[in-house]
Amino acid sequence: MPEKKVIDARGSFCPGPLMELIGWIKLANIGDELEVLSTDKGSAADIPEWIRKVGHELIGVTEDAGVWHVTVKKTK
Amino acid sequence: MKILIVGGGMAGTILANNLARRLHGEVRSGKVKLTMLSASDKHMYQPGLLYLALGRMTPDELYRDQAGLLEPGIAFFVDPVEEFQLDANRVKTKGGTVFDYDILVIATGSRAAPELIPGLAENSETFYTEESAVRMFRKLQAFQGGRVVIAMGVPHKCPMAPLEITFMLHDYFKDRGIGDKVQLHYTYPIGRVHTLENVAKWAAPEFERLGITSETLFNVKEVDGAAKVVKSEEGSAAPYDLLISIPAHRGMEVIEKNKLGAGGWIPTHRHQLTMEGRKNVYVIGDTTNLPISKAGSTAHFEAEALGENIAAIVKLGSPVRDYDGKVFCFIEAGKDRATYAMFDYQNPPDPKAPTKAVHWFKMAYNKLYWVSARGLL
Repeated sequence: MPEKKVIDARGSFCPGPLMELIGWIKLANIGDELEVLSTDKGSAADIPEWIRKVGHELIGVTEDAGVWHVTVKKTK
Repeated sequence: MKILIVGGGMAGTILANNLARRLHGEVRSGKVKLTMLSASDKHMYQPGLLYLALGRMTPDELYRDQAGLLEPGIAFFVDPVEEFQLDANRVKTKGGTVFDYDILVIATGSRAAPELIPGLAENSETFYTEESAVRMFRKLQAFQGGRVVIAMGVPHKCPMAPLEITFMLHDYFKDRGIGDKVQLHYTYPIGRVHTLENVAKWAAPEFERLGITSETLFNVKEVDGAAKVVKSEEGSAAPYDLLISIPAHRGMEVIEKNKLGAGGWIPTHRHQLTMEGRKNVYVIGDTTNLPISKAGSTAHFEAEALGENIAAIVKLGSPVRDYDGKVFCFIEAGKDRATYAMFDYQNPPDPKAPTKAVHWFKMAYNKLYWVSARGLL
């Protein structure tokens, strides 16, 4: 069964939200969803850019009280 | 009270010594028993591997006897844990001994895992073990020119290492008089040359000034050793004559085998450093799943915060402070200049222009580390 994992990367300057996602997506199974929490507004752009380039699926980007929620699905 | 520390690396050692001092009276009276279990009787200064790979340190300089680093009063056993029986508050070691505890600290660290990428281990040089760093040094000595590609996996220990090895290789080849015969090509997983934006803003023009080319959004997928090409998840390929890799890391196998955390990373409270769902189990150093640098300074600052808190639990009944995410990383910018990045959960780093003074401070720290490990600095 596909799982959903939350990656709490709030306050992460290094390695940063995208690097956190890259590391954790390798441990996920195909079909799993990963939701990245980020306090860096740049995540709303750089995570979707990488997801498009590498070929996974972007589920959505929302912002709530200064925290961006970027959800992706591992597709390969 | 029995305090058990599993892991004799930087985090475990600093914590043990910190606690031995803070709880000196309690240890002497027998009220507190401090025990450390480690897989090795040696303690390695891991940042020295970067210098070993370039012939600027020798293997013997990297090690001290672990027992000699520990304060009196710490019971030390070279007997790694194989089973964590957290519900019963005990662990079982490889030697078959059972240790029970009131407080457990897990600081087992991480390991480079080049085997995760097809072709990487056989076709690249790296510097995350003594053996590989010595091999890399010999390869560099024999190298007479060509295209050197630097590539990395995620996560990796010491996030400054990719930049440092690149700048240091530049100066290494220049000093050998073959700088004009070597093309350094740096790759990086995200869309700039370092994950810290301010560090990237400094490093990118430095690369340009030094003639180092770079390619971003490059996550290593496989290495074709016959064709001498490293391929990325993003679909690009980088030909090389010499491939230098910073492999992706994983937590230790014992963590995964005991199902304490995927990838060997244990879910950890970002301020209290408790293992999620456990009140008397703490995690420090590389072993946490926290979104902060896997680096010696992280281990150091976590150990100091936890030492203060465990001592307060013994003396006052509760912890007294939060870990704030503090990290401090030197950044070698060549053979004789360096800068640094300091940050926490709230404040980004603001690195200054590299200076010789910071480089020499780093050189001094390479010796001062042994004072740091003893919990004195």
